[in-house]
Amino acid sequence: MLSFRLDNSQQYSWQEYLAERAARARDPRLKRYFSAGCPAPDTPICNTPMLALDMETTGLDSSRHAIVSIGLVPFTLQRIMPGAGRYWVVKPPRPLTESSIPYHHITHSEVEQAPDLSDIADELLGMMAGRLVVAHYHRLERAFLDSAFEARMGEGIRFPMLDTMVLEANRYRHSWRAKLTSWLGKSPASIRLQDSRDRYGLPAYTSHHALTDALATAELLQAQIAHHHTPHTPIETLWV
Amino acid sequence: MSVELLEVREHMGRFAPFDTLSDELLDDVASHIEIAYFKAGSDIHHYGQTINELCYIRQGAVDVYRRSGELYNRLGEGDIFGQFSLLRHHPVRFPSKAIEDTLLYYIPADVFRRLCEQDDNFADFVELERPRLEATVEQYRQNNDMLITRVRKLLTRRPVMIEASASVQEAARRMCEENVTSALVYEASPNADDDDARHSFIDNNGQSWTLIGILTDVDFRNRVLAPGLSADLPVVEIVSRPPRTIQSDESIHEAMLCMLRNNIHHLPVLHRRYPVGVLHLSDIVRYETNSSLYLVNNIFSQTSIKGLAQLSSDVRAAFVRMVADGADSRMIGSALSSIGRSFTRRLVELAEEALGPPPVPYCFMALGSMARNEQAIVSDQDNALVLDNRFDAERHDEYFAALAQQVSDGLAACGYSYCKGNIMATNPRWRQPLAVWKRYFDDWIARPDPQALLDSSIFFDLDAVHGEETFVEQLQDLVAEQASQSPKFLAAMARNALNRKPPLGFFRGFVMENTGEHKNSINLKRRGIAPMVDLIRVHALACGSRAQNSFARLDDIAQTQLLPEGSGDRIRYALEFISMVRIRHQALDIEEEREPDNNIEPENVSSEERHNLKEAFLVLSNAQKFLGFRYPMPRSR
Repeated sequence: MLSFRLDNSQQYSWQEYLAERAARARDPRLKRYFSAGCPAPDTPICNTPMLALDMETTGLDSSRHAIVSIGLVPFTLQRIMPGAGRYWVVKPPRPLTESSIPYHHITHSEVEQAPDLSDIADELLGMMAGRLVVAHYHRLERAFLDSAFEARMGEGIRFPMLDTMVLEANRYRHSWRAKLTSWLGKSPASIRLQDSRDRYGLPAYTSHHALTDALATAELLQAQIAHHHTPHTPIETLWV
Repeated sequence: MSVELLEVREHMGRFAPFDTLSDELLDDVASHIEIAYFKAGSDIHHYGQTINELCYIRQGAVDVYRRSGELYNRLGEGDIFGQFSLLRHHPVRFPSKAIEDTLLYYIPADVFRRLCEQDDNFADFVELERPRLEATVEQYRQNNDMLITRVRKLLTRRPVMIEASASVQEAARRMCEENVTSALVYEASPNADDDDARHSFIDNNGQSWTLIGILTDVDFRNRVLAPGLSADLPVVEIVSRPPRTIQSDESIHEAMLCMLRNNIHHLPVLHRRYPVGVLHLSDIVRYETNSSLYLVNNIFSQTSIKGLAQLSSDVRAAFVRMVADGADSRMIGSALSSIGRSFTRRLVELAEEALGPPPVPYCFMALGSMARNEQAIVSDQDNALVLDNRFDAERHDEYFAALAQQVSDGLAACGYSYCKGNIMATNPRWRQPLAVWKRYFDDWIARPDPQALLDSSIFFDLDAVHGEETFVEQLQDLVAEQASQSPKFLAAMARNALNRKPPLGFFRGFVMENTGEHKNSINLKRRGIAPMVDLIRVHALACGSRAQNSFARLDDIAQTQLLPEGSGDRIRYALEFISMVRIRHQALDIEEEREPDNNIEPENVSSEERHNLKEAFLVLSNAQKFLGFRYPMPRSR
C-alpha cells in the first residue's frame, strides 16, 4: 500500500501530468480540459468539487468493446445534485451485437438515433473540468474513455479518480481485520456497488442505468467518508 | 425532465403528501432535489440555523427535538421535516439528528412554495394541525349519511299500483303475480296543480294521478270475504283511505312511530308526491332488532337481573351496528349512555320493588362517562346516591345500602364492572344527603388540593339517572357558579389534567413515547380520550358551563375567549378522531370475537389513521401546554 502510494505521487504527480498534457494537446477540447487541471492534492475532500461517473459498455475489453451510455452526477461532500446530472446514450463505432445487451440494457433502437461520443465530448469534458471524477471500479471507466478519445482524436485522456470500490476494498479486503477473517476461512465481503451500499444503510436501486449508478456511487462516497474518513482528509490520500 | 430520476420520483410518489401530486408537479420536485448522506448520530439541523430546503427521508430515521431537548418526533422513510421553519421563515426551532444512517432528499424553498401554492392537499399537509383532521372527520361524516338512516334505505321494490276502477279480483291477481301483500290504489285526477292535493302526482306521460289509498291482504278478508261482497266490485269501494304516507328521506325511527301511532303495518313511501315504495312493519323490525331503541324497550320489559344480564350481548351487537351505520362518536356515546342509564334505572326500579318504597326521596346519580353521555362499550360503573336532607343514617341507611348493593351487583352482572376507585353508591361516603354533597363540592372547590382532587375529578361530570333530579341539578348549579370563581381550584384541576400525556405517534411498528421509548400498544383511553376530556372539563368549569358532554362543553367554551382562535375546533376534531379510532377498533374486536379493550396496536392502524392520530396527539399535547399556562397556580395563600 505504502509503496504504491509513493509511486503514485513521486512518479505521477497528477498536476504535473495534466499540465504537461495541456501543453502538448492538439485537440482544443482536450487542451481546455487539461488546462483546467485538477484540485490540489492537499485539498480536503469537503472542499473538492466532484463528479460521479458511470458508463455502460458492450463488454469488458476496451480494445474490442465500446461505450453505449454515460451518466454524470456532480456533487460535493455536502450535496449531490442529480438535477444537474447528464445522461447520454452514445452510438458505438461497431453495431451492437445481441450478446452484448446483457451488459448494458441499451437496445438497438436507442443507439440508432444516438450521437457519437465525439459529438458530446465538449459537454462531457466541460462537466469533468476542475472536478474530481468518482467511479465504482475506475479501471473500466479510465480504460474505455482513454481508448475512445484515442480513437477519435488521436490522443487519449487520463485524470485522477476516486474509486469507491478501491476504498471499499481497502477497508474490507486489504485491512488486517479483513485478512484475518479470510485466513479464518470466511468468504470476503462483497465490494460490488449494491453490496457496498447495503453496509451503509443506502437504499437498493432497482434500475441499472448509468445515471442511477452514478448517483449510487456519489451516495456511497459520501457514506464512506462519513464512516471511515473525515471531511478534512486530503484527496491525495484517496485518489488513484 | 432532462434526466431520468425515476428512483427519486417513484419513491416520493409513494408517500404523502407527494402521492397526490400531479405528475407534472412530482416531476418538478424530483428534478430539483439534492441529496445528502448522514451517518447515524450526526446532527442534521442545529437550533437557530437558517434553512432553505424541506427535508425528505429517503432512507433511515431522524429524531426531531424540542429546544428543551425533549423528543418532539421520530421520523422514518418518506417523512418530511423542516416545513415549519420554511413556512414561517424562522430559523430552526426543532433541531434534528440522524439516529440511523440516513439518506435525505432536499427540496429547495422555491419548489416548496410552488407546491404549497399549486396543490391544496400539499399545503394542508405541511401546515401544522391544519384542517386535515377536520377534513377527515367531516369526510367520514359525509360518507355516512345514514347517521339518521332514512326510510328509503329499507325499500326493496317499487310499489304495485292499481287503478281505482280495477275489480277486487283483478287487484288480487296482480298482487298474487307480483308476490306482494299490499298495493297502492290511484285514480286519474283533474287538477293535480292543486296544492292541497297532497297525494297527487304526475306520471311520465304527463297524466296526473291521485293516490287514494292502500290495499292489503287483510282488506280482502275483512272487507270483501267477511261481509260477502262480490269480487267484481271496483277496488275503490274497499280501499282504506285516506292513506298515511311518509317521505322517503324521513328516518326509520319516524316511520316506526307513524306505524305505532296509527296501528298500521303498511306505510306508503313518497319521494315528494311520487310513490316509491311501501314499508312493512317487518322491514323495520328486521332492521331494528339490533338497534339501541329496541334494546332500551327490551331493558324496561325485563323483570329480573338475570333477564337484564342476558341483554348485554345485544348491547354489543347494537354497538357494532351503529359503527357500521357510520354513527359518529357523539351518537354512539349517547346511545351507549342511554342504554347504561336504562339498565341502571331498571335495576333501581327492581330494587325498589324488592325493598319497598324509599323512606326518603333520593336521586341515583351517574358520574364520569355516563354523565357525560360518552360511555364506551367497555365501561366501569361510577355512581352515587344523593339523599333527601331528612335522611337519618340510623333509620334509613339500611334501605339505601341495600338498594345500592343490588343496583351495583346488577350492573356488574350486565357488564359494567365495579369501579376500582370505589366510586359507587355502595360506598357510604358517596351515599349522603344533599347537604353533605354540597359540602363536598364546596370543599373541593374552595380548598383545592391537587392530590385530593385527583380522585374526585370524576364528580365534576354528574347527572341524574333516577329519582329526584333536582338534587343533582342543585349540585350542577353549585359547581357552575363556584368553580369559575376559584382560580386555585381551576389551577389544581388543570395540573391534574396534565398528568397523562399523549404519545408522540408511531414509528415503524411501534408507539413512540416522548422519552424515545418504543411500546407495542397504546391505551387510547388513558393516553388520548381521558386527557382530552380532562382539559375540556377545566375550560368548561372556568366558563361556568353546565354542560356535561365534552362536545357540548366545547360549544359553551366557544362562546368565550378562553381558547385561542381555532383551538376549540382543533380539540373537537382531535377528540372525535381519537374516539372514533377507539370505537372502530372495539367494533372490530367484537366482530372478530376478541374481548374489546382500549388498546390499539400499531400493526392494526392504517397509515392514514396513523397520520391523523399523530396529529390528534399533537393537538392534545399543545392544548395541554396551553392549559398549564392559562390556569397557573396563584402564588399567595
